[in-house]
Amino acid sequence: MSEHKIDEETGVETTGHSWDNIEELNNPLPRWWLWTFYGTIAWGVLYTIFFPAWPLITQSTGGLLGFSTRGQVVDDIATYEAANAELNTALATVELASLSVENPDLHRYAVASGASIFRNHCSQCHGSGAAGGIGYPNLLDDNWLWGGDHEAIAYTVRHGIRNEADPDARWSQMPAFGDVLENDEIAAVVEHVKAISGQEHDESLLEVGAVIYDEQCSSCHGVEGKGDHEIGAPNLTDAIWLYGGDDAALTYTVVNARFGVMPNWSPRLSDAEVNAVAAYVHQLGGGETAE
Amino acid sequence: MSSTAERPPSLYAPREPIFPRRVNGWFRNLKWGIMVVTLGIYYLTPWIRWDRGPEMPNQAVLVDLANARFFFFWIEIWPHEFYFVAGLLIMAGLGLFLFTSALGRVWCGYACPQTVWTDLFILVERWIEGDRNARVKLWNADWSPQKWRLRVTKWAVWLLIGLATGGAWVFYFTDAPTLAVQLATVSAPAAAYITMAILTATTFVFGGFMREQICIYACPWPRIQGAMMDERSLTVGYRDWRGEPRGKHRKAEGADDLGDCIDCMACVNVCPMGIDIRDGQQLECITCALCIDACDDVMAKIGKERGLIDYLALSDEPAERAGDKPKSVWLHALRPRVLVYTAVWSLIGIGLVFALFIRSDIEIATAPVRNPTFVTLADGTIRNAYDVRLRNKYNTPRQFRLSLTAEDPLRIALQGTNALSITVPADDTVTQRVYVMAAPRFEAATRPRTDLRLWVEDLESGDRASSATVFNGKDS
Repeated sequence: MSEHKIDEETGVETTGHSWDNIEELNNPLPRWWLWTFYGTIAWGVLYTIFFPAWPLITQSTGGLLGFSTRGQVVDDIATYEAANAELNTALATVELASLSVENPDLHRYAVASGASIFRNHCSQCHGSGAAGGIGYPNLLDDNWLWGGDHEAIAYTVRHGIRNEADPDARWSQMPAFGDVLENDEIAAVVEHVKAISGQEHDESLLEVGAVIYDEQCSSCHGVEGKGDHEIGAPNLTDAIWLYGGDDAALTYTVVNARFGVMPNWSPRLSDAEVNAVAAYVHQLGGGETAE
Repeated sequence: MSSTAERPPSLYAPREPIFPRRVNGWFRNLKWGIMVVTLGIYYLTPWIRWDRGPEMPNQAVLVDLANARFFFFWIEIWPHEFYFVAGLLIMAGLGLFLFTSALGRVWCGYACPQTVWTDLFILVERWIEGDRNARVKLWNADWSPQKWRLRVTKWAVWLLIGLATGGAWVFYFTDAPTLAVQLATVSAPAAAYITMAILTATTFVFGGFMREQICIYACPWPRIQGAMMDERSLTVGYRDWRGEPRGKHRKAEGADDLGDCIDCMACVNVCPMGIDIRDGQQLECITCALCIDACDDVMAKIGKERGLIDYLALSDEPAERAGDKPKSVWLHALRPRVLVYTAVWSLIGIGLVFALFIRSDIEIATAPVRNPTFVTLADGTIRNAYDVRLRNKYNTPRQFRLSLTAEDPLRIALQGTNALSITVPADDTVTQRVYVMAAPRFEAATRPRTDLRLWVEDLESGDRASSATVFNGKDS
């Protein structure tokens, strides 16, 4: 390295390396580049001091500014919650049934926030469009197992259905008639259900079916088969079937009995959130007016 | 690291300062006129008022970004009608083609903001520092208090013009009188100040210091011109067959052999681009025609015919060398290319005006809800939902009634109300969920698709608009 060779042509020192007699000039780095480079080094050092950087055993160094992306999210959420605090306080105690008329702005807020809560907590079973599926009620139609006015929907959301966690959960249980009735009796009662729901059926079995229905089913589903919101007994005369309305589905239901479970959302959703979901579900197309 | 050896020549050429001399003449007057008109339009337009009713802005020309509207006198453009703006841009593009094929770089020479503002800045410079000779002298002088005084005065006036330019720009985007008061009381939005600062700085630098460098180095248009022009395009040219050999007309030098050019450099001294037009057509020439004025003036003084430097086309040269009379400028302007561009340009313009007249004041757009496609109700009725967007372009709130037409008897209902009409606020949009229902006894309840048309009627004006969609039955 002691050799300083000067290029004759330009007067600039060379690196001393020669390839096929071609030598490289040892021009200095451009000043602007060099200072930018030093600047980035200084920036890098300062960054590791002020921001989380060095990995330690369980976590990284925190940095003098105490910044974290998680903390930023927490702050953002707190900001939005603070901004909506007044609306949520009002929503927690409001009379839902008359909300859309008396306070349209709060109703709009309830429906909008209810929609996002629904997508978070409800859509897994009821579907993102609230259309449900086999075994999961469709919330868009005008038929309800446990009632479809604001109060009934809010109660269902709050306490759930057939769960052990909430003593106030809605509860009903259809017996499995496979142990009680003979196969031909089951076939007959299925024909009866098809008849009262306006489907094609076998006339010859109706007489037997009606008798069995009266004895076994009418106490819950009603003499006419209209069901009962109080005990969550489905209406058997309409066009809506939770588990299907054809022969096979009806027979399976009578033999085995089927029912779903819904969690109680009161520990996870605040009163305002329950009301928001209720307002959202009610306006989906089938909401009822309380009598 | 000192190097005494000869270095290779630098590729960098410093700017040669240009001191355009004052010139009078027909083209100069035309350019003054165009400057007054274009700057007048630019600075004054935001202040024109236009009454649109109590709920609407009363500024004649307004780009309302916050509410996504563009107002132009009686015309209001909504975001979904942006094709009008696209059409205007296409017309502007074709217009440049048209003017280029008819009149060459007429845009550069007369109407380009860079040219107009530079012209204004040079005018200010001349008022404050004097004409060409005085400015050259001042440039070479040491920095005396006198030079400082002149320079600072000039820069201050330039900055004021820049400020007015940036200020006028922001006035197009909000109510001008309100913003003017806000600006005066330092309570305007930050965006206004930032925009004004940027435009003030660019006007100041582009018009005061960069000038012709913008045209030569920064602007793509001179390059595009190369593809647009042919040998019959109008340019500013020097009739060297008439002017050469040039020389001072002194008797002793055998003036009889000389051409009309007396090499007085008038054409060079007035040129804002710092070129010599006698060298031939150049990329730098913006065809501002000031050298024509300067040369005509000299020709008049020495008793020669005007037009030694003139608007001409390259194709003129052989004819004129052969002894033909100079061809009229209008014959250059009127040629097939020009007529084709004019026709296309006019067709688009007519199309836009037509589209403007047939557009409706109320509109409906329908988005069928696909999640789920249909819902079965208790009585077996099949129900479809649609999100219907209703636009009211009137300046007053209107009552819109919804109805439908379809081959099957379908029923319509609106979410959240028992009525079939809703109020849409003035100049606004409302999204309404609409239900359409087919009773189970009708075919539409089972058929996969039934064509359907949703109608909206403005109860006040009777205007109707419709949108086609489909109804999905049970078997879909």
